[in-house]
Amino acid sequence: MSDDHVDGNALAGDLREIFAVDLTTATGRCAGCGYRGSVATLRVYRNAPGLVARCPHCEEVVLRLVRGRDRAWLDLRGTVSLEIPLPS
Amino acid sequence: MLTAGPTPRVPTDRWEFTVSTEVGQKYTWSWQQLIELPAEKITVDIHCVTKWSKLGTRWKGVSLDVLLEEVETAADFALVQSYGGYTTNLPLEDLLDGQAWVAYRYDDDDLTPEHGGPARLLVPHLYFWKSAKWVRGIQLLIEDEPGFWESAGYHDYGDPWREQRYQGD
Repeated sequence: MSDDHVDGNALAGDLREIFAVDLTTATGRCAGCGYRGSVATLRVYRNAPGLVARCPHCEEVVLRLVRGRDRAWLDLRGTVSLEIPLPS
Repeated sequence: MLTAGPTPRVPTDRWEFTVSTEVGQKYTWSWQQLIELPAEKITVDIHCVTKWSKLGTRWKGVSLDVLLEEVETAADFALVQSYGGYTTNLPLEDLLDGQAWVAYRYDDDDLTPEHGGPARLLVPHLYFWKSAKWVRGIQLLIEDEPGFWESAGYHDYGDPWREQRYQGD
């Protein structure tokens, strides 16, 4: 693991604040290269004004999350889709 | 060290700085041309949006007044572009009149890639996310266009004295 980023499990707390499910187990598809993998495999840069999650394959930004005092901004334009496991 | 991605490492023999205008005219400087321009030593306080400030930081760089002197434009806005894909927007007038530099030395040393080298923008009167690391150019625009953080909730202007962190602040 590089010292400038951590893995996608670091997104768990911030995403759980917004979504009712743990999104780190969801499978995402990168809009840049088509890589398919769990959110937990993303490379997360958090020494920044927000969380920046990049594709482990092409390094494009797939998810950004900015947390303000009383609101959050979630940018998923680098993600084609998220496949979210649900109880059957 | 704040970074939104892998650190770009751009050798100075491949480095270029390009200003492009709203009509598509381009003005480009090589590294050699940049460092041959009149440079200034700047001592300024800087303010990061993650709530730290650093007082009396010492830089050397070329004023944007010098780089934009011959540029013909009717633009009111600038979108600053970096190696690695980062962008940030600000009004063109905030780059002029001794308010902004392309800086290539910090504390008497060359800027390392981790600090945004070989050259970074320095706009100390705005929050430091506007001072783009690894700067490679400026696009001059008639209409404002949000940059990397500005399109994810951060303020289009970012005045630290008015604590303009997020949209609507």
